[in-house]
Amino acid sequence: MSIDTAPTASATALDATSAATTRRDILHRLLMTLGPILIALVIAGCILLAVGVDPLAYYGFVLEKGLFSPLGIQQTLTRMAPLLFLAAGLIVAFRAGMWNLGGDGQFLLGAVTAAASAPVLVEILPAWLALICSFLIAMVVAMIWSLVPALLRAYQGVNEIITTLMMTFLGTSLANVLVKLAFRDPTTTVPQTRTLPVEDRLPRLFETTITSGLLLGLAAIIIVHLVMTRTAFGLKLRIVGANPRAAVHAGLGVPGLTIAVFAISAGLAGLAGAVDIIGVQGNVRADWNPAYGLAVIPAVFLARMNGFAAIGFVFLLSVLSIGGESAARRLGVPNHFTLVLVSIVLIVLALAEYFDHRYNQSRRA
Amino acid sequence: MSGSSSSSVAGRDIVALEGVTKRFPGIVANDSVDLSIRPGEVHVLLGENGAGKSTLIGMLSGLQQPDEGRILVDGKPTPITSPRHALALGIGTVFQHMMLVPTLTVAENLLLGGPWWQRPRTEELAARVAEITSTLGITVKLHAKVSELSLGEQQQVEILRAMVRNSRLLILDESTSMLTPKGIDELGALMRRLVEQGLAIVFITHKLKEAAAFGDRISVLKLGRKVGEIPPERFRALDEQAIISEIVELMFGKQKDDPEAVERPVRTVRAEAAPLLQVTDLAVAPTDNAPGLSSISFDIRPGEILGIAGIDGNGQKQLAEALAGQRAATGGSVRLEGVAIEALSVGERRRRGLRYLTDDRLGEGTVGTFPVSINFFLKQVGAAPFWRGGVEQRGEIDKRAAELVREYDVRTPSLKTPVARLSGGNIQKVLLARELAEGAKVVIFNKPTYGLDLANTLASRQRIRDTAARGLAVLLISTDLEELLSMCDRVAVIANGALVGTVENTDDARTRIGRLMIGLAA
Repeated sequence: MSIDTAPTASATALDATSAATTRRDILHRLLMTLGPILIALVIAGCILLAVGVDPLAYYGFVLEKGLFSPLGIQQTLTRMAPLLFLAAGLIVAFRAGMWNLGGDGQFLLGAVTAAASAPVLVEILPAWLALICSFLIAMVVAMIWSLVPALLRAYQGVNEIITTLMMTFLGTSLANVLVKLAFRDPTTTVPQTRTLPVEDRLPRLFETTITSGLLLGLAAIIIVHLVMTRTAFGLKLRIVGANPRAAVHAGLGVPGLTIAVFAISAGLAGLAGAVDIIGVQGNVRADWNPAYGLAVIPAVFLARMNGFAAIGFVFLLSVLSIGGESAARRLGVPNHFTLVLVSIVLIVLALAEYFDHRYNQSRRA
Repeated sequence: MSGSSSSSVAGRDIVALEGVTKRFPGIVANDSVDLSIRPGEVHVLLGENGAGKSTLIGMLSGLQQPDEGRILVDGKPTPITSPRHALALGIGTVFQHMMLVPTLTVAENLLLGGPWWQRPRTEELAARVAEITSTLGITVKLHAKVSELSLGEQQQVEILRAMVRNSRLLILDESTSMLTPKGIDELGALMRRLVEQGLAIVFITHKLKEAAAFGDRISVLKLGRKVGEIPPERFRALDEQAIISEIVELMFGKQKDDPEAVERPVRTVRAEAAPLLQVTDLAVAPTDNAPGLSSISFDIRPGEILGIAGIDGNGQKQLAEALAGQRAATGGSVRLEGVAIEALSVGERRRRGLRYLTDDRLGEGTVGTFPVSINFFLKQVGAAPFWRGGVEQRGEIDKRAAELVREYDVRTPSLKTPVARLSGGNIQKVLLARELAEGAKVVIFNKPTYGLDLANTLASRQRIRDTAARGLAVLLISTDLEELLSMCDRVAVIANGALVGTVENTDDARTRIGRLMIGLAA
C-alpha cells in the first residue's frame, strides 16, 4: 500500500507524523505484552484452583519471597546475573536468525572450566587477573563447543536447531565427566570441583548478598543491544537474520558472519556459567544442571529480542523462579509449576499476536 | 486476428472467466482476462513464465480468489471458494508437480480424500477405473506403488483421479514438462479421446509446437493480459506452420494499441571507445533447478545498452548472478574497464562500479521489514559517512535517504516505513536509487519493469535510458521484446544458457529476435 505523499514533503513533516505513530506503537506493544500476561495469570490461577490451591495465596507467596522480602529480592537479583548473560547471547543469535538452543551445554562447559581454573589461578596470579583469565577460558571453551554447529550451518546449511540441541546433550555429559574425572577435588568425598574461597569470588554489592555479576550481566545485555541496533556489525547480522538471500545479494560474507554469531552467542553462554560459579556457587558439583539456558528462551521471546525489555523479563523470571520455589514448598504445588505458568504466558501471547494480526489485516482490507 | 468472443455465447461454456483481475503485492498477475472453456475442446493457454498462467489456474482450481471480475460455471456466477469446491463443481486439476503420495499404491492414492468415517470402497473403485480406462484405451496398475511408475504413468493416474471424481473440466498445468517425447504424444492422444467424450480440457504450456499439435483453441497470455485468441474455426483452417507464426506474432509482435511502444531514440555510441564490460567464454555449472551457462561472450561500450532476450528460465538470472559475483563461474573471464574481476567478491565488484539490479525485489533486493532508509544503504553497510567507526550515523543516513526519496520520487509515508509496505513501483525506485547512486559504471538490469504498472514502467525505462546517456554501460535482461526493442542498441538472444545470436536493433530486429527465441535461425 502506498500513500501518495507529495515527493516534496519536507523531512521534518515526515518525522512529526512518525513520532505520533511511534508513541502509539509503543503503547500498543505494551498492551499486547502485559495484557496476555494478566490473562495467563488468571488461567494459571484456575489451574491452581482445580488442584485445590488458593491462587491468591500462591501468587502472594511468590511475590513475598521473590520480590518483597529483603532476602528474597537479593536472591532474585543474584539469580539474574547468569540469566542476563544467557539472554544477551540469545538476542545476538535470534536476531541473526540462528536458533542456538545449545545454551545449557555451553553454559555448563563454561561453568566447569571456570570452576576448574579459578582456584588454581588465584594461587599464582593477582585475584582480579585470575578471575579475568577464568572468564576468558570459560568463554573460549564455550565458543569452541559451538564450532561444530556453526561450521555445519555456515558451509553445509545443516539446521542448527538440531545440532545445537544435540551438542547440548553432549556438553552436559562432558561437563559431568570433567567434574568426576579431570577436575575432581581430591579433598572431598562428593564429586565436585575445588571450591573458590569466598573472599576470592566476585565482590558483593554494598552490604547485601547481591553479586556484582549482576552489573556485568546488565552491561553485557546493554552492550549487545546497542551493538545489534546501532552498529554496522549488528545491522549485518540483522540482515542475515531477516533475509539471508538479501545478505548474499548485498555482498555480505554470510558464512563468516554465521560463525561469528555462534561464537558470540556461545561465548556469552560460557560467561554466564563463569559468572554463576565465580560470583555465587564457587564450585560445580557433578550432575549440577540448572537448565537456565532453556528457561531464558521464553523471556527473550517475550521481550521480542529487545535488550532492555529482556532485562525486565529476566527479572520477572527470577522473581517467579525464586518465589515459585518457596511457594511450591509451602503450598505443596510441584516446583515446576513456574514452567507451567511461563508456558501459559507464551501460549496466550502467541494467540494475542495471532488475533492482533488478523484484526489488522481485516481492518486493512 | 479475432479478439475474445466469450461472454456472448456463454450458454455453451462450462466455465467462463469475465474480466478477471488478480493482484499480488507489487504485481498484477492477471489483468481483466476473459476466457471461455467449452466441452469437447482442448483450450491451450500459452504464455511465458510470469505471464499469469499459474495464477489463472489457481483461481479456477479454488486456490485463489479473483480481486475483480467473475467466474461463471454453467453460465451462473460462482465463486470457487476452495479446491474441494472446485472438485465438487467438476473442475479437476493436474498440477505441474506430481501430487501423488509415492509410498502408497495407485488405488490408495485414488481413494484419498474420501469420507474419513467410511472404509475405502476398493471394489467399487476397481469397477469404476475399469470402466474409464477401457473407454480411454489406457491401462493402470491399481496395486503398483506410485514410486514404481514412470512419470507418464503417474500423470495418467492423476488424470484418472480427476475422472473418478466426475470432472467435466480437466486442467493440465505444464503437463508435458517432465515427459519424454513419446509420453507427450501419448498424452496428446489421451486428451483427444477425453474431449471426444465431451470433456473440456485446459492445457497449459509454453511450447508452441504442442499448442499447435494438441489444441482446438488457443489463448495467448502476456504479462498478465490476454493478448489474443485463435478460435477453433480459424485453428482448423491453418496448418501448423501458420499457427506457430500467428502465435509468435501474438507473443512477440507489436500490439497496435500498446501504449508502451515508444520510438527508440537515436543514440550515438562511440564505436571507438574501449568496452567498459567484456565477458569472454563465461560458463556456469547447471544446478538441480537451473540451467548452466556456456561460453557467454559479449562487450558493452560506454553509453551502450545491450539487451538479453529470451524465454524466461533460459539462464538469464544465472548470467546476472554470475556477473554480479553471487554465483560461482566455472570458467571464462569478466573484465571491467579492462581489469579482470571474475575472482572478486560481490562487494568488491560493486565498489569497482558493477551494479546489479535484481528482478527479485522483495526476495533478495530488499529486507522487507527494514525501513526504507536502511534499504537504500543495504549494500554499503559500514561505509562512511553513514557509519563511522562501525557506528550508525542516523542523521547522515536519514539526510541522504531523504535526498534519494526526492530525487527518485519514491512515494513513501515516511523514511521509517518498512519497505515491503510500498508498492512494487516504489520498491523498484528504491533499488534504482541504490544501484545508480555514485560510482556506477556498468549496470545490469534484470527484468526491470516486471510486474510494474504503466507509469512506473515508463519511469523505470527512462531511468535506464538516462543511465546509458550518462556514459554507463547497461546490460538489460528482459523477457519483454517490446521493451528491448524500444531501448537497446543491440539485442543478444539467450537459449538454454548460451547466446544463440546477437542482432543490431534495426527495422527487422523484431522478427529476427523472435525467430532466434523459438529456436529458428535468424
